Amino acid sequence: MPMRTRWIVALVVGLLLTGCVGCSGDDSASEDGRITLRFQSLAWQQESVDANKELVKEWNATHPGVKVEYVQGSWDSVHDQLLTSFEGGEAPDIIHDASDDLADFAYGGYLADLRDLLPERLKSDIPQRSWETATFGDGIYGVPFLQEPRVLIANATWLKESGVRVPTPEKPWSWGEFRQITDELSDGNGKYGVAWPLKEPVSATLNLSLSTGGQLFHRDANGKVRIRFGEADEVVPRTIHDQVNSDGSASSSTLGSGGSDTLPGFFGGKYAMVPLGFSYRQQIVQQAPKGFDWQVLPAPAGADGLTQGVSPQTLSVAEDSPHQKEAVAFIDFMLQPRNMVRLALGDWMLPTGTQALRDPALHTEENGWATGTALAAHLRSAPAQSVRGYPEWKDKVATPALQEYYSGAIGLGELRERLVEDGNLVLARYQR
Amino acid sequence: MKTGKGARAGQYLALLAYLVFLAFPFLWLLSTAFKPPRELGSLHPTWIPEDPTLANFRQAFDEQPLLDAAFNSLIAALGAAVIAVLIATPMAFVMARHRTRLAKAATGWVVVSQAFPFVLVIIPLFLVLKNLRLINSVPGLIMVYVVWALPFALWMLVGYVRAVPTELEEAAAVDGAGRVRTLVSITAPLLAPGIVATGLFAFISAWNEFFFALVLLKTPEKQTLPVVLTHFLGAEGVADLGPLAAAAFLATLPSLVVFAIIQKRITGGMLAGAVKS
Repeated sequence: MPMRTRWIVALVVGLLLTGCVGCSGDDSASEDGRITLRFQSLAWQQESVDANKELVKEWNATHPGVKVEYVQGSWDSVHDQLLTSFEGGEAPDIIHDASDDLADFAYGGYLADLRDLLPERLKSDIPQRSWETATFGDGIYGVPFLQEPRVLIANATWLKESGVRVPTPEKPWSWGEFRQITDELSDGNGKYGVAWPLKEPVSATLNLSLSTGGQLFHRDANGKVRIRFGEADEVVPRTIHDQVNSDGSASSSTLGSGGSDTLPGFFGGKYAMVPLGFSYRQQIVQQAPKGFDWQVLPAPAGADGLTQGVSPQTLSVAEDSPHQKEAVAFIDFMLQPRNMVRLALGDWMLPTGTQALRDPALHTEENGWATGTALAAHLRSAPAQSVRGYPEWKDKVATPALQEYYSGAIGLGELRERLVEDGNLVLARYQR
Repeated sequence: MKTGKGARAGQYLALLAYLVFLAFPFLWLLSTAFKPPRELGSLHPTWIPEDPTLANFRQAFDEQPLLDAAFNSLIAALGAAVIAVLIATPMAFVMARHRTRLAKAATGWVVVSQAFPFVLVIIPLFLVLKNLRLINSVPGLIMVYVVWALPFALWMLVGYVRAVPTELEEAAAVDGAGRVRTLVSITAPLLAPGIVATGLFAFISAWNEFFFALVLLKTPEKQTLPVVLTHFLGAEGVADLGPLAAAAFLATLPSLVVFAIIQKRITGGMLAGAVKS
């Protein structure tokens, strides 16, 4: 064979070999007549990963006909990864995600409507207000199972020494009282009553505004959504703005920070309180200096009490899954009250199930569990998570507008104008 | 022109500042990897951990299959580097030596192909690989990495080929060698430094790549290091910082070592043929 031909043959064979190695990797859903389901979990903290893996192991040991494979996903990239998997018809059968990420997938027909698949036990165990977080149109596209309220993590010693009234879920602070107390706690010399980590200002503002009756998104009789920014919507943003810009009781340097970034200042005695998600307690337990005394307080209450919006973690089933019934049976197993408690403790969050919420492990004073659990009844679906166009409104309109307002660059009038006028233009494009 | 002592000192100072700027993220990673959780939450962080610990490394290895992921990354990166070089070398030879309209068009295409972002190609690519049954397979990933690395590899190698005097090839032709023989026996040995540099470039690109690996590999045992590193991240950007820094530090080492070896050759390759002697 001439040299040139040998080279070409070698190259072609090499390329074919490369392709054929992959050809052997068949991943059919069944092997030996046994159904195989892929469960993509986003659990990431070790206790949570362990709890998920143990539950999968227990399922596999007791259900010989249906094998579940644990697949590790990541919160950081789940939306893009799922979108590609759905488009390519290769999505996992059981999908762990959050309710605020489901709208596109639900409306796009990628997720199974679970209404006729869910067992009665699970339907009745999870309250209607939680089901609403995963309801899009007429269908239910995920089972909400873990949720976290936003709470105030406070320096207990600082609060005690200042003599301010310490709030409880039964007698929370009002927003006005909160502002006044943060002012009292500040010394005007680098010590602040509160540090708001507002890297993602929209969800924090909207979720907390439910306490004052702020809805922002209003659906009319035709089913179309319009944005209105009324007095009830103003209370939370105005409080934060005034704390930063008028009272000097909130640090302006944390407005662009994530929750974790505020912890060193909190531990170092710069901030008396930090509003954070309930699950941040785990980081606080790990990182707090020895002897640092902290406590969990409810977020301030408004006209609607302690109500706040949440986007629970969900378990969904892919529309393309050929084994939807079995997938739902696995979800039902995962979310038995005892198992839901294990998952909640692993993630330092609250379960949605009413039976799981009664578990004594969630009512201990240690690490603020009891305070958080007392807030569970006040948690509602985050505003607008089912509104089409919300992600664009959030990224292009609301985030920059709120950031500018909180930093003092614009006033309330301009904030209202941008949220409403620019916002409605965005929504209109999605509702033609 | 003679540079004054003050100006020279200023230059060195600027260079030092630039080096510190470049090294800062890596030094911070190194420092974080050895810090216990309580030091990570300190208001006044120190460069040198006050109470250094290996616990983050232990936890990283306990929680995630880092060795398996490193092995997958190694296979993907090596495969991509070898195949990219095998394909790019003869292509570069043709493009450098035959200055036809086709070669010019090919060069233009190489430049244009660099403009496509990942997100634009990922879904069509996913569907093509699915039809070839190459989803969730390291060979499928290697194929993607080869395609992704080829334009730059080709561009680098063309520079190296142009730096090889054509007289040597003409002499080989006079002695009766065909084009393939000339490439294999004359040009390729002279190109060795460039081929090594190009291969190592393809290796580093594949070693660090995240998005294709995330989308194309489904099962945990096939995932590569960059994908496994994201498992230390939670919702809303919360991270298990200590183990993440430890794992990221280990994942960075091979790239650093490889880059330390090739950095002179990479700049050489880019400049090759730039000036006519």
